[in-house]
Amino acid sequence: MNLETLPLQLRDWIVSLFPGALQWFVHHLLSITAILTVFGLFFAFTTIAERKLLARLQNRLGPNRSGLPWFRSLKLWGLTQPFADAIKAITKEDVVPAAADKVLHFLAPVVIVAFSLLGFAVLPFGRHLIPVELDAAILYFFAAGTATELAIFMAGWGSRNKYSLLAAMRALAQLISYELPLILSVVPVILVVGTLSTSEIALAQGGWTWGFLPHWHVFTPWGFAGFVIFLVAALAESNRSPFDLPEAESELIAGHLTEYSGFKYALFFMAEYFGLTALSGLGVTLFLGGWQAPFAFLEFIPSWLWFMGKLAGMIVFFIWIRGTLLRLRIDQLTRLAWKFLVPLALLNLGNAAFWALTAGWSGPLVLVRWGISAAIVIVPFLILGRRLSAGYASRTYRYAA
Amino acid sequence: MLGSGILKGLGVTAKNFVGSYHDPARMVTQEYPDTPAKLPEAYRNFPFLVTENATDPMGTLRCVACQICEKECPPQCIYIEKSKDKKPDAAGKPQLYPAVFAIDTAVCMSCQLCVEVCPFDAIKMDHVFEVAATNRFEGLLLNREQLAKPNEYFHQIRPAEAAEVDGRLTAERKAAEEKARAAAAAKAAAPAKPAAPAATPAPKPAEGGAAP
Repeated sequence: MNLETLPLQLRDWIVSLFPGALQWFVHHLLSITAILTVFGLFFAFTTIAERKLLARLQNRLGPNRSGLPWFRSLKLWGLTQPFADAIKAITKEDVVPAAADKVLHFLAPVVIVAFSLLGFAVLPFGRHLIPVELDAAILYFFAAGTATELAIFMAGWGSRNKYSLLAAMRALAQLISYELPLILSVVPVILVVGTLSTSEIALAQGGWTWGFLPHWHVFTPWGFAGFVIFLVAALAESNRSPFDLPEAESELIAGHLTEYSGFKYALFFMAEYFGLTALSGLGVTLFLGGWQAPFAFLEFIPSWLWFMGKLAGMIVFFIWIRGTLLRLRIDQLTRLAWKFLVPLALLNLGNAAFWALTAGWSGPLVLVRWGISAAIVIVPFLILGRRLSAGYASRTYRYAA
Repeated sequence: MLGSGILKGLGVTAKNFVGSYHDPARMVTQEYPDTPAKLPEAYRNFPFLVTENATDPMGTLRCVACQICEKECPPQCIYIEKSKDKKPDAAGKPQLYPAVFAIDTAVCMSCQLCVEVCPFDAIKMDHVFEVAATNRFEGLLLNREQLAKPNEYFHQIRPAEAAEVDGRLTAERKAAEEKARAAAAAKAAAPAKPAAPAATPAPKPAEGGAAP
């Protein structure tokens, strides 16, 4: 049995059980079911992993009490917590404000989950494992991902609540601000690889320099800068700490989710995690080599396991960031986007163009190529960083040590 | 440099993460229902009556039914009935004892005033907090059998205070014994005269010696 193509064999076997006329339908239905099951469970365990990791980052224990019904002595480290949360969310009362636009209020959580799931269709999960092979996959990914912003405004508008509406507008301001650096950080990859297809981009990152340095884009100056910009913008784009001010739990009620309760509220969170997972998957594909193994001798591990492992690593890193950084103010947020990330991303685009032009350089010229490319990244970073933090002396604490 | 603070912060949380697995001193969580809650020694909730002997709690109550606490209690949650007879206390002196001693814990506000005024160290503040009753009238009205707890329990919950109280009480009892012995000796020496002149100066130095 070949582990690499195991999911495909399984799919083809199930498809062959159906009559010929239905096979194309079952084929696609199976892809959808697989994405929903795998990433539904991934979402469930991301929530428990997030709570446990955040707890450990703050010297707490985290949820460890939920076990199984009828087997109460089995604690299972609290791993059944997400299912308990789901049951709680389903059994809660679903409150709809009397003045709300009932249709929009109902549609918003449905639409946001649907659009946030669309992105998974074009991610190459393994060497042969991609739900939909699209030539313009990245274009499609961002088009589908951006549509969730519509749902956020639907939620704010449909609630007929001033706080919800204002929060939805704030959320839109943030999302649109960060859409630009996000896409600009992706463009260099497209420029260098010369394709919009995610599977080809993942394929292009195969191979090793000197036998150990993988050809992942993150290991080039422009790729590293692009990856960092992508990380920051992805954090903001998925409403996560330190950019979670649209629904800052400790300050606002819940932003545009103020009038949502029960499972609809849970759906918004599901969409948020789906969006984060999809963006992380794109980041893995574009910069971290997709499903490629880091070392040649590790290639016996199936490629889809490598992808999921890198994806989990990205999620853990995002949780680590959440456990560390403080929430930004709205002016700091937009300043960071427009005065820092966008200029850097634009310069990085030029950097990628230089890299693509000098692809033929060899010998000692390779060092010159790396030096120039690194300088294009580092020098503006230092200058812009100094300008961004100009006027802010390092803070002195009178009472804290 | 921009971003160095972020890296430093990530280092701090990473240290927390690793440390939380091998350094139990970092963890602030008490897993309360599984492990008993660690209360500070000075924690106080509801008074209890101290008995000298756990095997005979009602016979060795320190309380002599003087009713000072009953009169001092701001919410008036203490009800005491004096006994008709007298029983010897720990020092052997015949004392009254409370025939009824009840505290309505629905009313008690754990102010500790009863403990402050008690001249016999008979009532002390307890550490209980898991109190529940199915009836808010009789269920919350604790009688002397429910209130009585042995001195060892007092030592368990407040070791420092209990040691101080015990030291004081034994010193007082020793002084009383010495006084009695001196009185007996004086009686033996001068059977014709009353023991009063010999006994009165004796307690002064004895008590002065016991106080510190």
